[in-house]
Amino acid sequence: MTERTNNTPLINPIVLTVNGVTVQVPPGATVATAVYMAGAHTRLSVSGEPRAPLCGMGICLECRVSINGVPYQKSCQTLCTPGMQIITCGEPSLP
Amino acid sequence: MTQTFDILVIGAGPAGVAAALAAATSGLRVGVVDDNPSPGGQIWRGGAPLPAATRRWMERFQSASITRLMGWQVIDCLRLGPDGGVLRAECNTPGAEAADLHFRHLILATGARERFLPFPGWTLPNVMGAGGLDAMVRGGLPIQAKRVVIAGTGPLLLAVAAHLTSRGAQVIAICEQASLAQIAPLGFALLRQPSKLRQGIGYRWTTRKTTYLTRCWPLAALAESSADESDGQNSQSRLRAVRLQREGRQWTVDCDYLACGFHLIPNTELAALLGCQMQNGFVVTDQQMQTATPGVWCAGEPTGIGGVESSLLEGQIAGLSAAGKTEAALALSKRRAGMQVFAQALERACRLDPRLRNLASAQTIVCRCEDVRMAALRRRSDGRDAKLHTRCGMGPCQGRICGGATEFLFGWRAGLVRPPLYPALVSSLMEEQAIAPSSADTEHPFPNL
Repeated sequence: MTERTNNTPLINPIVLTVNGVTVQVPPGATVATAVYMAGAHTRLSVSGEPRAPLCGMGICLECRVSINGVPYQKSCQTLCTPGMQIITCGEPSLP
Repeated sequence: MTQTFDILVIGAGPAGVAAALAAATSGLRVGVVDDNPSPGGQIWRGGAPLPAATRRWMERFQSASITRLMGWQVIDCLRLGPDGGVLRAECNTPGAEAADLHFRHLILATGARERFLPFPGWTLPNVMGAGGLDAMVRGGLPIQAKRVVIAGTGPLLLAVAAHLTSRGAQVIAICEQASLAQIAPLGFALLRQPSKLRQGIGYRWTTRKTTYLTRCWPLAALAESSADESDGQNSQSRLRAVRLQREGRQWTVDCDYLACGFHLIPNTELAALLGCQMQNGFVVTDQQMQTATPGVWCAGEPTGIGGVESSLLEGQIAGLSAAGKTEAALALSKRRAGMQVFAQALERACRLDPRLRNLASAQTIVCRCEDVRMAALRRRSDGRDAKLHTRCGMGPCQGRICGGATEFLFGWRAGLVRPPLYPALVSSLMEEQAIAPSSADTEHPFPNL
């Protein structure tokens, strides 16, 4: 596990993991921000392209990730909480 | 879970906040539902200092006797009759149950979203909406010293550029598709609204180091491939640069983010599901913001893109009217005429240049959910035909993103809206209605089906 931090130290950061990597985000940050700070993409498209948030307001659903084992969560409308475990690009395939 | 309200407001942006506050008098039970974690909608989104007037609205909203259901989204209408109805909502928090929201009167204040137009590379990570990037930054995304190109159309581009600049971003260019002659009348319309004019001048002063180009748009977003350091995965692409065009000239600009928004389109899916009368894509209302569907009001951007002042006014009118204060509502509605002048000027200023239809190549993805490319859509006759043959608009966003594009590209209008309005858990759909059906249930809830 590697630790990624910003150049400027955060005040009261929230510590969580994205794909097993520890990330620190400022209080009030969304899960979408945590995914960005981990250098990850949110999902792979049906033809395998990497995708990241587009609308930032819960409409496009490009930002969906798995949070604490629950898939299809909108990362742009979910606030980070300590110890959250986020998995990206790992949607269970639909039949 | 079941909750009962005299007046239920959908959306906690300026229109919804104003409607709820105007209605929350005389001991009426007022509820507000919004899918975001906090109220304010997009324009009053937190995460950055808000103007004093906005703070006052939000403080009043937070302290008023109003039930605030934040992080909930409406997925279906179970019943709608002359005596009220029931909406089913689902909580964004995993594990939370669905709720049936009973109401006597309903106010729709569902706001608007950005219109996106497809061009090569627009699906790359780090290409996002103008409002989208702004929302991400307010949600903690570090933007200090990042190089940003903002493109599209409308005053939102300048507002976003000003906010990002104030947060330390290096906004390289604002590319407005309209010509100067097309947007100039909007400036004259602003003379009637000095507060808006001052705001606009302030935005331009903040972004004075940024080039503002009219008749300019992105031709392509260019990718870089970089190895993912965290887990040694194979290379994944991200935005590296954008190729811009202005009249005969083309050039490439390196950037970290490309923020694109081609004006706004209203969120009218719930209104359509309820059978509200629509015209040119907007919800039709009377002077008191009442829709043609009894018991349902509509305020803000779904009635016409008019901005925050117009939304506040319409919200107040709708709230007063729904609470039975007809005279007060009618008195306020006299002020709408001036607002509509601005809304019409805005619409003309943001009219899209037909040449933008040529941005997408045959291989450009139009529907991002189902990866449907331009070539597959060119052969289809209408939106329904495209849906049946290509799955365009059938993914999780239900055509909310590609619909704005295919409307402009091919003239296709959004088809029938069916529940669930958003992807929902099967358990949320299956849960039985907690209260026995009333006599009004004999009436068909969806007259347009």
